[in-house]
Amino acid sequence: MRSFAFSAAENVDQAIIACESNNAEASYIAGGTTLIDLVKLDVMRPERVIDLNRLPLKEVERLDDGRLRIGALVSNTDLAHHPLVTEHYPLLSQALLAGASTQLRNMATTAGNIMQRTRCPYFRDVAAACNKRDPGSGCDALGGINRMHALLGTSEHCIATHPSDMCVAMAALGATLTLEGPNGIREIAFGDFHRLPMDRPDLEHELEPNELITHITLDTPVVGGGSHYLKLRDRASYEFALASAAVVVAVEDGVIRDARLALGGVATKPWQAMEAEQALTGQPAKTESFEKAAEIALADALPREHNAFKVPLARQAILRALEKATQAAMNS
Amino acid sequence: MDTQVIGHRTPRVDGEFKLTGQADYTVDWQVRDMLYGYPVSASIAHGTLKTLHLDTARAMPGVVDIFHHGHFPELYRASKNQVSEMRLPFEDERIHYDGQYIALVVAESFEQARAAAHTVQADYHQEEGARTSLLDTNQEGQLLESEGVSRGDPEKAFDEAPVTIDHTYDIAAESHMQMEMHATLAEWRDERLIVHESSQGVVYQHKAMARIFGLPEESVEVVSHYIGSGFGNKLFMWPHAVATAGAAQMLGRPVKTILPRQQDMESGGNRPASRQRLRLGAKQDGTLLSIRHDSTTETSFVHPYVDSLGSATPSLYACDNVAISQRLLEVNHGTPCPMRAPGETSGIHALETALDELAVELGMDPLELRRRNYAKNDPASGLPWSSKYLDDCYTNAAKRFGWEKRNPTPGAMRDGDEVIGWGMATACWPAMRLSCSARVELRDDGSVMAACGTQDIGTGTYTIVAQTVAELSGVPLKDIEVRLGESTLPAGPLSGGSMVTATALPAVAAALRNAFDALKEVATGENGAFEGCDPDNLEIEAGALVDKQGKRVSFGEILSQQKLGSVSGDGQAAPGDEKSQYSFRSFGAHFVEVRWDPGISRLRVARVVSSIDIGRAINPSAARNQVEGSIVMGIGMALTEKLDYDPRDGRLINNNYADYIVPCHADMPEIDVELPDNPDYTLNEFGARGVGEIGLTGIAAAIGNAVYHATGKRIREFPITLEKVMDT
Ligand SMILES: Cc1cc2nc3c(=O)[nH]c(=O)nc-3n(C[C@H](O)[C@H](O)[C@H](O)COP(=O)(O)OP(=O)(O)OC[C@H]3O[C@@H](n4cnc5c(N)ncnc54)[C@H](O)[C@@H]3O)c2cc1C
Ligand code: SF4
Repeated sequence: MRSFAFSAAENVDQAIIACESNNAEASYIAGGTTLIDLVKLDVMRPERVIDLNRLPLKEVERLDDGRLRIGALVSNTDLAHHPLVTEHYPLLSQALLAGASTQLRNMATTAGNIMQRTRCPYFRDVAAACNKRDPGSGCDALGGINRMHALLGTSEHCIATHPSDMCVAMAALGATLTLEGPNGIREIAFGDFHRLPMDRPDLEHELEPNELITHITLDTPVVGGGSHYLKLRDRASYEFALASAAVVVAVEDGVIRDARLALGGVATKPWQAMEAEQALTGQPAKTESFEKAAEIALADALPREHNAFKVPLARQAILRALEKATQAAMNS
Repeated sequence: MDTQVIGHRTPRVDGEFKLTGQADYTVDWQVRDMLYGYPVSASIAHGTLKTLHLDTARAMPGVVDIFHHGHFPELYRASKNQVSEMRLPFEDERIHYDGQYIALVVAESFEQARAAAHTVQADYHQEEGARTSLLDTNQEGQLLESEGVSRGDPEKAFDEAPVTIDHTYDIAAESHMQMEMHATLAEWRDERLIVHESSQGVVYQHKAMARIFGLPEESVEVVSHYIGSGFGNKLFMWPHAVATAGAAQMLGRPVKTILPRQQDMESGGNRPASRQRLRLGAKQDGTLLSIRHDSTTETSFVHPYVDSLGSATPSLYACDNVAISQRLLEVNHGTPCPMRAPGETSGIHALETALDELAVELGMDPLELRRRNYAKNDPASGLPWSSKYLDDCYTNAAKRFGWEKRNPTPGAMRDGDEVIGWGMATACWPAMRLSCSARVELRDDGSVMAACGTQDIGTGTYTIVAQTVAELSGVPLKDIEVRLGESTLPAGPLSGGSMVTATALPAVAAALRNAFDALKEVATGENGAFEGCDPDNLEIEAGALVDKQGKRVSFGEILSQQKLGSVSGDGQAAPGDEKSQYSFRSFGAHFVEVRWDPGISRLRVARVVSSIDIGRAINPSAARNQVEGSIVMGIGMALTEKLDYDPRDGRLINNNYADYIVPCHADMPEIDVELPDNPDYTLNEFGARGVGEIGLTGIAAAIGNAVYHATGKRIREFPITLEKVMDT
């Protein structure tokens, strides 16, 4: 761990200015559960760290249009247990609680979770070749141990998964991020925020230098929707997904009126399976429709040496999550 | 023996110290002028170090010195049984494994040392052909004649057997993952070396240090009051301790090194991967005709450690034709070392899996197959067992589990989305005892102090020593002080091999009796409380001496009257010739239920019932705790734990607690442990055989057997990660 300068910002403007004010590499810190971990491993090397924890971004509120606005600094624990979330977005609550451990969730924040880095072991090992950490150095995961790696959205430059659970739920629910920077405030759709690795896996998102996330606003809940988040992993808790599926379905007279499906653990970014969603809409809420959707969602899957099992595993996650969400929709 | 304290559930006497932070673990020690060491480790597994770039690190704040090849004291090598790794740190520029130390940065603070260590760059000459794992190669390794066993004619018996099986079982290398990191604080005081180390063997480490630094043994002291476990990887000293002591010597200041988890996993010991071929031949009725157990395991290029895989096999079942062979293959890993029930955990795993396969082949209940081949005497030595109640363990555990309701057809037992699998296996571990010394002091304030140079690695040794003293003296536990974990105390055993209980308690008892004799001498001497009385007529009762007339005087009063602060007794205890009369092993049985949800490929252990006969449990709470912990470790071995060495270059890629997957709380099954109380007085006067390891043997096999019963798939490569069983 190298030494860095540390300052705490009282408000958003101060944070932006502190980040901007000189050329040294600066980093915001929220819960620190990603940042400090990687600083200790010498993977992230900020020279200045600006603490966001005093920023007044800890509210969860329902907007007049029915959407839910979440402050960037709301902790994963608080968000998971917030009554507006458990009532209107149980999927998000379930996904959050499937992530990490209680201690980590207490520290982790909503924006920090969106910004978390991959768990690819070669990324975390400074002696390994990694295009994400050290652009142009190569990708040791391609020919190495890649059991945990992605099937979807990969490139020959990087196959690392985005490890978040929360983000998978957000991809399914639909959300908008509010960003604030030296040039003011702007909004971006959640699905457009994370980038595919392509030939620059080091560029992970659309945040401009010095910009920060201030809010995440969830789309209005699907009316009459049942939902389910299913995370399949090597142990029962405190473990990243091998494959996960976030599903919302609204069913009318046995027919799917609206479907949302996103995948985790198998893709380089929180993966909204849009074509599968479309294929489900208007179809009977039955196994055959689910199987078709799973096939579509995974049609482009590109397995590597050790992760081919994730294709059938993701399929299983999709099928079971659709079944459970459908049951929930029928029971509601 | 009608016991008051021994055999009763006793809360840890050191519990309060641990809860309140008073327990002084190695890393807690602070001494004046102390510096911090942080090792720099190699990032290749096979080659040589060409250049170290140290300029940046040297210029970093707080850095005092950086030790490396060419800048480190010339030392002597210890013998192979004294240390975990014979190669001395920085001895030459050869790199034998990923994580081998190439330098030690010493700075004023831990953070400064770590920051500087991260800036050190190294140029290597990396060589092709690293041996990345036994399981990645076809190489056979070297045959170890000393491990071979043969009786009867197993080949002929196999060829003639009506039913045979012949399978090979792989187990991945595992990490100990003990809570407390390896750590050393080394301080030189007037030519004396004082070392604080998280160690399972202070006496052994002090001898090894003396030899390496060319010092008389009395000039080295090793202290290890509290240990956050070790599971075997702290039995013998590792190079970080030598590097730290060497740095402290050169700098003339104390140095403390705490390994980070990554280095602890790379270079601080592992359970070696193994490949085992089992060939069994049997009659249709299940009688075993032939057992051949041929194994290969890994060792490193820097230390010839051998895990004895086949050592339980000749003794477990009655069979006239048995052959054991073992090979050893050097790989480019940090040196393996004993890990809880070393060798036999792997060996029994293979044997117990093979027996399950044989039971399937025979169409016989796997428990019945084991009963058919019950060994009434030790088939290896021909001697009777000192005490064996394995048949009771089978019966009791099977009953508690509900084994009779098992439908033998794989996949036939279901519950909603889940398929239920039931499997069982036998557990076994030798009962050992060594010689040991101890000292006991009776003090004028009525308290008693007992001391022994063994250690409490978290298993409860402080408590059982206190229980022993309380039992024999009648002094309450709160007035008993136990001192362990110092090499200057009377020499005690390694905390390994499940032998501390059987070894140390008789020595403590002997010392206590000698102290009683000394006390009686004082009491019956001139002006004594029992002046003129025959010492043989005095009894010990509740912290007092009592004569035939019923006169009682407390220990404290006897001493105070004579203006004595204390009397003490030294005691030795050693095994006698019982080993020529009996074979000593503990036995037990595990029954396991797994739940397999094929729709989402979810495999979990739901229930474990174990009956483990360990003779007398001195402290049933602590003993049960050991078995439960072993079961948890066995779940990890069965389902998730695996050191992932990159098959291209031998680098360890999952060197942390997030990527190396041990079971967590949510994985805990219902665990029901029975410890039948069958004291084994042939081993020692307390009837105790030790309990630290046996629970781990057989558990992974029982889980694998249950997985077969659930899925119909026999997985012979452990761990059973879900891709190996899923329906694709
Ligand atoms: C052992 C372990 C297990 C885990 N398991 C899981 C799991 O199973 N599922 C899962 O989803 N997650 C898991 N996580 C990841 C965890 O969820 C993230 O570390 C956490 O959400 C990050 O949030 P934070 O507030 O601590 O971020 P920080 O570490 O503070 O920041 C992370 C990054 O976000 C940036 N940042 C923070 N706030 C803002 C902002 N407002 N605007 C712009 N940038 C910002 C920081 O500069 C930094 O680059 C695990 C983590 C660990 C260590
Ligand atoms: S997969 Fe991506 S993160 Fe992992 S080594 Fe390759 S480039 Fe780096």
